[in-house]
Amino acid sequence: MDKESMLRIENLTKSYSGTVVLNSVSMEIKKGEIHALIGENGAGKSTLCKMIAGAIEPTKGTIVIRGNAYERLTPKKAKEEGVTMVYQEFNLISEMTVYENLFVGKEVRKGVFTDKKKMMEMSRNIFREMGVDIDCTERIKDISVAYCQLVEIAKALLEDSRLLILDEPTAPLTTKEIEILFRVLGKLKDRGISMIYISHRLEEIFQICDRITVLRDGSFIESLDTEGTTKEELIRLMIGRELSQEFPKRHKEADYDGTETVLKVEGLTNSKLKNVSFELKRGEILGIAGLVGAGRTETARAVFGADSITEGEIYIRGKRVRVKSPLQAIRQGIGLIPEDRKRQGVMLLQPISDNISLVVIKELSKRLLVNNKKEKELLDKEINMLNIKLASVKQPVESLSGGNQQKVVLAKWLATKCDILIFDEPTRGIDVGAKKEIYDFLFQLKKEGKSVILISSEMSEILNLSDRILVMYEGRMTGEIGYKEATQELVLRKASGM
Amino acid sequence: MKKEKSFRFIEFYEKFGIIFILVIEFIIFSLASANFLTIDNLFLVGRQVSFTGIAAVGMTMVLLMGEIDISVGSILAFTGCLSAELVVKYNMPLVIVFVIIIGVSAVFGLVSGTLTTVFKIPSLICTLAMQIIIKGFTYLMTGGSSISGLTDSYKFLGQGFILGIIPFPLIIMVIAFICGYIVLNKTYIGRRIYAVGGNKEAARLSGIKTNKYVISTFVMSAVTAGIAGILMMARLGTGQPSIGSDFAMDVLTATVLGGVILQGGKGFVMNVMIGSFIIGILSNGLVMCGVLEYWQWIIKGVVFLFAVAMSNLSLLRKN
Repeated sequence: MDKESMLRIENLTKSYSGTVVLNSVSMEIKKGEIHALIGENGAGKSTLCKMIAGAIEPTKGTIVIRGNAYERLTPKKAKEEGVTMVYQEFNLISEMTVYENLFVGKEVRKGVFTDKKKMMEMSRNIFREMGVDIDCTERIKDISVAYCQLVEIAKALLEDSRLLILDEPTAPLTTKEIEILFRVLGKLKDRGISMIYISHRLEEIFQICDRITVLRDGSFIESLDTEGTTKEELIRLMIGRELSQEFPKRHKEADYDGTETVLKVEGLTNSKLKNVSFELKRGEILGIAGLVGAGRTETARAVFGADSITEGEIYIRGKRVRVKSPLQAIRQGIGLIPEDRKRQGVMLLQPISDNISLVVIKELSKRLLVNNKKEKELLDKEINMLNIKLASVKQPVESLSGGNQQKVVLAKWLATKCDILIFDEPTRGIDVGAKKEIYDFLFQLKKEGKSVILISSEMSEILNLSDRILVMYEGRMTGEIGYKEATQELVLRKASGM
Repeated sequence: MKKEKSFRFIEFYEKFGIIFILVIEFIIFSLASANFLTIDNLFLVGRQVSFTGIAAVGMTMVLLMGEIDISVGSILAFTGCLSAELVVKYNMPLVIVFVIIIGVSAVFGLVSGTLTTVFKIPSLICTLAMQIIIKGFTYLMTGGSSISGLTDSYKFLGQGFILGIIPFPLIIMVIAFICGYIVLNKTYIGRRIYAVGGNKEAARLSGIKTNKYVISTFVMSAVTAGIAGILMMARLGTGQPSIGSDFAMDVLTATVLGGVILQGGKGFVMNVMIGSFIIGILSNGLVMCGVLEYWQWIIKGVVFLFAVAMSNLSLLRKN
């Protein structure tokens, strides 16, 4: 039984001044289908989607939406054809209410006034259809990220969208929220709405997608049915080679002796944290699990001096220290790889070299002048060790793929000789190949006797990498689990405050 | 096809734009006015450029932070009058005058910088206020009238020549740019300035005291404007409270033409020197061609907007 075609693209090609970023890609998306688009960073997924949404113009090729062929699609035309892109960064106005956001720019009017009642009623209908329970009068700033996303989707439905493009929709969501999202997507599918689903998380794709298209280096590799393929096969298609094993093998026993405490935190309290206490051993990877907003990032920031604390003590190697700013934390040997790479990790416009040597630049200088030779030695060493793919150290960080950008942040902290490193979502939005490299790197640090705090929303990372797992819920520590006892169920239970 | 073309134009502008504008401008004025391409006039241009150029070094640092300082014109007038006062009334030696001027200017910069960082007042707003406050002080000090009776050694700062041909202020300007280049591109301080301007939060999380760096750029801007003020007054031969009303505009235009982006984190100080020459030649050339002053204002405003538009366009293209 062949379903009606929603979108067909034929030989779509895009090149920028000679460099081909997308090479003659053809694929089809049927009505009422959730179609996964996967590939490593830089494979061309975003470029392809932007062309479908009319945001960039193809160099060659045709886009056929519901039987209408376009060689040159504009954002306006795409919208009229019912194509909507749900961006990772939400375009919502935080001070306005949910229903006001749904109707921004297309308010229902009664004379010169807006018809509040009508708009609220329409909003409620949409949410009822989606099967979610959102109070339309809440302000966007007061609702969770997950709900913001649902509001975005509701906005698309109000515009009568037929094809939704979802770019990493689950990245900021917790397990529970992902369930809600998937339920909504299922409902939309039943209504005949098609979806393009971009994600690095393969488990999800098996959960909700009907078909999968794999891109690699800008080329179409294969379209296949989800049924009848495996995770291993997809990884092979994406990277073009076998990936031996995702996580590094650990020894039978935790490979640290667990006697030397390098960091001890007691009763850390501020507006987001309640009495947080824990210890970190030398050579340990300490995982912190919990839902988004449970206080994981806040704990990291408080320890690092990025947020202030109202109560609590921090001891480093047995000595009580005051950490009131990141500078003081760094002096105590603490480094933080922050969760939001673009906003907190790198300076996008600046060269790779300047990014990497930023923290130690004073040590690389004699009097005031930067010692170029010393800097180059450092850069060569870090870039080799982390296998950062670049043409020149002078190229701006923004020209690198997500995975390589993240490696630049790692290199920056590696250069510091900090021996307590906090990784906040180190693999968010980066491809499988780079992820594996980062996992290996974490184990490498451990071997060198450094201590790591790992915050991650990906359960598999927490379970496979941590020696011990701390679980947080609403700003409190609700559990400490050794890696041998750790199971997904146990962690989830504690993370929900049970 | 059309799109392709504008694409290339921006690329061309990024690479050679300012040199191109400088050359074109030079040719146009040489053809339009017989008096433009004379040795005397070129010296005049050199002198005019230097005041703008000196202050542009400081302004570059402020813009690299993603901030702005529109109080430089008032600082120029204030320090000019104060230095004249110190020389004429108190007969102070030049070295002492310089030290006092740098100190006073630094205080102005410190105030603007502190208001911007600690009190989170947008720099456009607080330097707008500082502009009129400093202007008030200038008029209080001078009573609104100009100060004359400057010594020759003071006048030399603005009017003198080194080796008989190079205007003294021009030498100071070149030194200022070289210092700016070394600080911004060779020292760790410069690295940190670029870092804070490029991404303040990332810089803070890398252990940089961001406020300290933002404040010091305002201090640098004020100090360079202050030095320009002493030289400017020396050139005029009298302390005049009313000058400097277009100064901030000239300095900003020179800086943005030089490729420093208003969003911060990107720009090269040596190109700002070329930007300063473009503005200096423009001012001089328009006068030589007998263009009415009112028209000069309009043209300068348009040039400024052009520079900002081009800088934004090249940023947009990359996104």
